[in-house]
Amino acid sequence: MSVTFLGMPATRPFPRNAAGALRDSQLRFNLRKATRTIRAKRASVVAEAPDWAELREAGRAIKEHTLRNLDRYLVRLEEAVTAAGGHVHWAADAAEANRIVTELVKATGETEVVKVKSMATQEIGLNEALLEHGITAYETDLAELIVQLGDDRPSHILVPAIHRNRAEIREIFAEHMSGWGRPAPENLTDDPAALADAARLHLRERFLKTKVAISGANFAIAETGTLVVLESEGNGRMCLTLPRTLISVVGIEKVLPTWRDLEVFLQLLPRSSTGERMNPYTSMWTGAAEGQEFHLVLLDNGRTGVLADEVGRQALRCIRCSACLNVCPVYERVGGHAYGSVYPGPIGAILTPQLRGMGSELDRSLPYASSLCGACYEVCPVAIDIPSVLVHLRTRARHPWPERAGMAAAGWVFERSGRLARLQRAGGRLRRLTPRGLHRLIPRRLPGPLGGWTDTRDLPEVPEESFRAWWDRTDGGRR
Amino acid sequence: MRVALFVTCVNDTLFPDTGRAVVRLLRRLGVEADFPRAQTCCGQMHANTGYRDEAVRLARRSVAALRGYDAVVVPSGSCAAMIREQYPKLAGSSGPFADAAAQVVPKTYELTEFLVDVLGVTDVGAYFPHRVTYHPTCHSLRGIHLGDRPLTLLRQVKGLELAPLPGVEECCGFGGTFALKNADVSAAMCADKVRAVLDTGAEVLCAADNSCLMHIGGMLGRQKSGVRVMHLAEILCATETAGVR
Ligand code: SF4
Repeated sequence: MSVTFLGMPATRPFPRNAAGALRDSQLRFNLRKATRTIRAKRASVVAEAPDWAELREAGRAIKEHTLRNLDRYLVRLEEAVTAAGGHVHWAADAAEANRIVTELVKATGETEVVKVKSMATQEIGLNEALLEHGITAYETDLAELIVQLGDDRPSHILVPAIHRNRAEIREIFAEHMSGWGRPAPENLTDDPAALADAARLHLRERFLKTKVAISGANFAIAETGTLVVLESEGNGRMCLTLPRTLISVVGIEKVLPTWRDLEVFLQLLPRSSTGERMNPYTSMWTGAAEGQEFHLVLLDNGRTGVLADEVGRQALRCIRCSACLNVCPVYERVGGHAYGSVYPGPIGAILTPQLRGMGSELDRSLPYASSLCGACYEVCPVAIDIPSVLVHLRTRARHPWPERAGMAAAGWVFERSGRLARLQRAGGRLRRLTPRGLHRLIPRRLPGPLGGWTDTRDLPEVPEESFRAWWDRTDGGRR
Repeated sequence: MRVALFVTCVNDTLFPDTGRAVVRLLRRLGVEADFPRAQTCCGQMHANTGYRDEAVRLARRSVAALRGYDAVVVPSGSCAAMIREQYPKLAGSSGPFADAAAQVVPKTYELTEFLVDVLGVTDVGAYFPHRVTYHPTCHSLRGIHLGDRPLTLLRQVKGLELAPLPGVEECCGFGGTFALKNADVSAAMCADKVRAVLDTGAEVLCAADNSCLMHIGGMLGRQKSGVRVMHLAEILCATETAGVR
């Protein structure tokens, strides 16, 4: 079986990536500030929606129903898009999707394309694949632009450059814009308005020149064949309307049965992602506009495999709002790069190993990149029980042998209460034998994996008498 | 009412004071709890680390040990969450294990639920003249939704000065084997929690879970911060005449 590609090579295990990220105080500060700001915004606009629980339940139910009948709705979508003058292509994996898009661009004779921010094209590594054929893809979302100019990787679903602050962005613009088109103005400051201005001038030229655009979609309506993109900057609208050819790469799970379903998702998504009541730029198109050519590439890339897993399939309900990232205490401290995938944070910790399998050390470590605190489940607008899926994936992971031995030993002790009592007595005796001075002989820092605890934390003292020994001795304190 | 105490393996082995405090507190409130001797561990560590088979074995023997009581009291939010949330999934829908689980699960209460919901008391007659802050552990907060039960109980404790904890809903970074498997991230999360605790100026940090307290307390201790960690039960057990221990 070929390995599903997710935009980044699977490398070192998560804890090692995390250790590096944790040492970067600038990153820690940037992330803390950014996630806390979005988190607070989301919390306030969700709190003010009186029917949030009902909306969330409706979102969950619509997605669940759609996934159960995905085959039917996908065919209906294909029919509707075709009837409206669009062309539909089916891609089983990243390589096939990239090949289809490359052929389509080549057929136009163009060597440049503009892009609307899209997770699906990040996932398949489309920009890199196009470049191999001499086609340059220009990102037009501000944060994606920052990532592209900085030769960097996205670290957040919604704000790919969340790990950068404005001083760093100023440097990236000043240094690299000229290599990609109109240079940044002289004496560019790190004032947000000045930075946005520089990006606007740089991008405007690009929009007016380029004849092919590539997008993803937040939703695809089976009933009407309508595609929907939500964005905040208006760059998407430019890409969707100006070029002659539009190619949209969309994961098969993005389909919704009816137009009416948007009522639910256009409320859930903006409040969960940017913390806004209403999304600023919502573009919808059905088939090809006059004088335009439209292609829809429907992408599987591991999704049908996930669909076959009864517990895990709920991950396909995800609408990529990133609320779970913003609220995750692990993500907040290590950022997105540690997850080694375009899908970071809690959703990435499940979706990446689900799509890519658990063949690599990194992918095996991802389901463990969580304290199971449950904050992600609480905020998820489609009620994906991420902690349960994490635990489910953990049962499938290959465990390291020292851990297996430890778990087997613990299981053996807990199998009989007498064994536990004997172990407790042994611990108590050790304690009595090593009062005061001798007690110090017990190492304050333990070797091996247990050292992870004692590096930063004291161990609790073992009591001389366990609870059950006390209960037996005193008849539950009655003697 | 026949009440069983499921003390949990962590309390049994490392924090017997908590178990004793629960017994004494309940006795003061007129409830003689039984300690079913066959109990050991609820299986949470195995379940959450991905050892489902061992977890099923431990869950099966736990419900066998605890069945037949009118209520099972658990002085741990996360073990109570394990029993209430995961046991039904582990037990499946039919068979003796499923039957026993169906009997035990709805009668399982975390300590503050038992006090407030079953016994209907919020003033347990405790006296604890210290500045205290309360950390609602994740499984207490988002797992079994303890809500403000612990705070309601603490507010009635005579002499106790309750200090609100900043960033109260954030995870402390314990997460069971997460603390070992992702020790660096766990420590970073704990460092922030410790900072929040110190900001309150409290002498005592309390919670409904000794495992999280062992983690936060381990760092408070390593820093020689002078802040003590205590299970909520021990505070509720303390009176003018009987001290904490
Ligand atoms: S898992 Fe839920 S919260 Fe996370 S990005 Fe997807 S929809 Fe949003």
